[in-house]
Amino acid sequence: MSTLAPPDRSATLPRKKPSSHSDSTFGLLVKITLLGLVDAFAVYVMITLFFQEKWLILIFAAAVTLLINWIYLRKGGLPAKYLAPGIFFLVLFQVFVMLYSGYVAFTNYGDGHNSTKADAVSAIQLSAQQRVPDSPAYRVSILERDGELHLLATDPDGDTSVGATGSPLEATDEAVTDSTGRAVELEGYRTLGFAEILTNQADILAVTVPFSNDPEDGSLKTSDGSSAYVYRPSLSFDEATSTFTNLETGATYTDSGEGSFTSADGEQLSTGWKVNVGFDNFAKAFSDQNIRGPLVQVVLWTFTFAIVSVLSTFALGLFLANAFNLSDLRGKRTYRILMILPYAFPAFLAGLVWSGLLNPEFGFVNNTFFGGADIPWLTDPLLAKVSVLVVNLWLGFPYMFLVCTGALQSLPEEVNEAARMDGASAWRTFTAIKLPLLLVSVAPLLIASFAFNFNNFNVIYMLTDGGPRFDNTTANVGHTDILITMVYEIAFGTGVGRDYGLASALSIIIFIIVAVISAISFRQTKALEDIN
Amino acid sequence: MKVRSTQPMRRHNLVTGLLSVAVLALTACGGGASESAGTSSTPAAENLSEGGATTLTMWVDAERAPALEEITASFQEDTGIEVKLAVKDFAAVRDDFITQVPTGKGPDLIVGPHDWLGTFVQNGVVAPVELGDKAAEFQESAIQAMTYDGSVYGVPYALENIALLRNTDLVPEAATTFDEVIANGEAAVAAGNAEYPFLVGMDPKQGDPYHLYPLQTSMGVPVFGQNEDGSYNADELLLGEPNGVEFAKKLVEWGDEGSKIINSNITGDIAKEKFNAGESPYFLTGPWNVPDAQAAGLNVAVDKLPTVGEEDAQPFIGVNGFFISSKSANALAANEFAVNYLSTEEAQDAMYAVGGRPPALNASFDKASSDPIVAAFGEIGANGVPMPALPEMQAVWADWGATELALIKGSSDPEAAWTTMVSNIEEKIAGQ
Repeated sequence: MSTLAPPDRSATLPRKKPSSHSDSTFGLLVKITLLGLVDAFAVYVMITLFFQEKWLILIFAAAVTLLINWIYLRKGGLPAKYLAPGIFFLVLFQVFVMLYSGYVAFTNYGDGHNSTKADAVSAIQLSAQQRVPDSPAYRVSILERDGELHLLATDPDGDTSVGATGSPLEATDEAVTDSTGRAVELEGYRTLGFAEILTNQADILAVTVPFSNDPEDGSLKTSDGSSAYVYRPSLSFDEATSTFTNLETGATYTDSGEGSFTSADGEQLSTGWKVNVGFDNFAKAFSDQNIRGPLVQVVLWTFTFAIVSVLSTFALGLFLANAFNLSDLRGKRTYRILMILPYAFPAFLAGLVWSGLLNPEFGFVNNTFFGGADIPWLTDPLLAKVSVLVVNLWLGFPYMFLVCTGALQSLPEEVNEAARMDGASAWRTFTAIKLPLLLVSVAPLLIASFAFNFNNFNVIYMLTDGGPRFDNTTANVGHTDILITMVYEIAFGTGVGRDYGLASALSIIIFIIVAVISAISFRQTKALEDIN
Repeated sequence: MKVRSTQPMRRHNLVTGLLSVAVLALTACGGGASESAGTSSTPAAENLSEGGATTLTMWVDAERAPALEEITASFQEDTGIEVKLAVKDFAAVRDDFITQVPTGKGPDLIVGPHDWLGTFVQNGVVAPVELGDKAAEFQESAIQAMTYDGSVYGVPYALENIALLRNTDLVPEAATTFDEVIANGEAAVAAGNAEYPFLVGMDPKQGDPYHLYPLQTSMGVPVFGQNEDGSYNADELLLGEPNGVEFAKKLVEWGDEGSKIINSNITGDIAKEKFNAGESPYFLTGPWNVPDAQAAGLNVAVDKLPTVGEEDAQPFIGVNGFFISSKSANALAANEFAVNYLSTEEAQDAMYAVGGRPPALNASFDKASSDPIVAAFGEIGANGVPMPALPEMQAVWADWGATELALIKGSSDPEAAWTTMVSNIEEKIAGQ
């Protein structure tokens, strides 16, 4: 192929030279403008990051900006100028994603373990605040004295009292009330306006005015700056020992080391946090009965599905490509367009449409082709597998058709003629000459297609959703589930909450399977190239 | 290919330069997205004395956004706080909220159904709201639905539940028991007026426990036990009640191998189509299918849910409401908006006008009840139970639906299938 490189490229270069001078001035200007825009944008981003105190990303952004300026401003270093954008995309969309899912596989990230321990503690504290039953609703104003925030509370009877964090409510009758009877001002204090209240939201929300000297009575808090209620927490957090204590039962909840607060008798507080769990997720993939039980069947079906899908689509695609490659066929163009149509149809939509077409009672297939027979296409284990394969054949053959058409048309016509001169039959020409030549270019695509079908989530999920279900497992896994849909069911589907850690671990295992198979297959296909 | 001279390649520098702009834009998205979430970095509104003006961000789906525009405008007029309505795909709201709140990039408020609550609390992403005395102004079941672990977490605005739609041209009188419904339906079929005695949409892959629940509860088989305060107790799975097996037997009796009253091949879409075409006198469904049936020219009556056993036929109630993020940087403003504005009659009326779901606020509901359809659905809902919001519920739906589907198909032994289902669900909940 290298010998066919067009020779006119180098010939055009000298001709362009005379104009290159003005080109370079213009180019320089554009370069400076673009780089300026990039830098301006980078500075904006960095200022934002600075105010949000995201130091790590800030340093990274600064380094990236410097690098880009260095690459494009210095003379020479042309390869870097080409490579820089590509490498950025690679790092952003590939390397980062891979590293991150690798990291997640070693954590318990999922429902209930969603964030940091500090977040979990504050979430538990938030929900542990319970309004004291039958306590009155207070209307409050926010006052300030010597930089300290006070609540001026009016109870439903019109009595007013004032207090601050650490100094219990004290009745006062000197407050000035507005027309609705709500106390709004008190001598010696400054009343905060609504704007100021908003500016100091966090401080105002943190104000807890003890109701009395007895902590058992709870404390007055406001959540909107205009009304307040008496709250008493049901749990208290001890910073020093990092434990929660239930104020009613006295039970203590300690950090279990597994990302949750657990009491001695095994009761967990609802919100947990993310921790590293080592190889637990990988171990779970092989030890959890719900996964291990159906795993063998699912793996066997996954291979069957992927191999049969590749072979059937390739066979049909190749046959049609051959048929429409005949030189004396009329209307080829129309046929080819028709053939490619399923390819243009989104796969997940096609799955849904087909599941409607295959409805036993109302579906088009049974009603039109089988005279209204009640054939359970998607609910009988064997028929469901057949249906999945047939629908995937419908979806997949146009791709093979395209690929084979292209490959066939690139075959040199001489070999064909030579074969004909030697008196070979059409079938013999095809099997002995065309097919081997074709496989050289198509084999890698077949392997890619195998890898694709191995993880062909859309078709399974939309057509059968894995069903009909196995009856020997408690997991929501069925006869047509392939590995990836099984992983989805187990990790995100209908278990008890999503488990990103387990999902990442399982997908890493699937990746290893696919990678090993692909590596072996590619090695095998090298043998094909010897035919050339 | 190696190119030594840089001169002819200038042009390509432009391309790479452009690409690097794109790259930086992307890296900026990575880092800069945090500031787009409507924290306090936006410039001050004019009527606020000091900087630090406030903008709230609310995630809302396209259907509800128009209803909120008016109330956000009046809120901004009164307080100077702007509420940005970020329209999001409804299906993505729940998961995105759970993953984004911990990073600090989530919204201040979202709109959603109450059964998300258990997972939200489990992940620590919602903050309790204190409705105070306002709670009494809402329908009791709405407040009950928004209560989790003893705290109220959302401001409810609408309730929805299913009822039995009846085509009055085919069956003029309402029936009270399911047997009567079947008899009426079969009479209509026998008379040649209809093709199906009764319709309910069925997911052909997962069954539909939600729609069949009233039939089940009327046989005395609720899903979970309820504590005194109305909250559900995950440790008390009542699906295993002795009558559960009886209900399983009924499903086989009604199913594909029996009288075909419940047909596993009829999806929600097919059921709606057949009912609207006048091919069945009954359709067990929610208020969302009523406008289309009326538009199809049917005379529709909303009947009470028919009973199978001795107990009341209780439907699940879904309550839609507003939730506040536990990490909202503007918690005070968000509370002000949710508790003092979205709970008003004006706001609830507006949400009803756009969404058509019965309002949760009593005053607004009374107004909406002038529509007999809303009144009828509301009356049936008053007898219902909130859909359990427990995270454990996720383990229940799949097995429950699959077993019911197998029974309707007639492919399982009712007793074995139901008891296996109950023990499987118990095992899953225990193994959590």
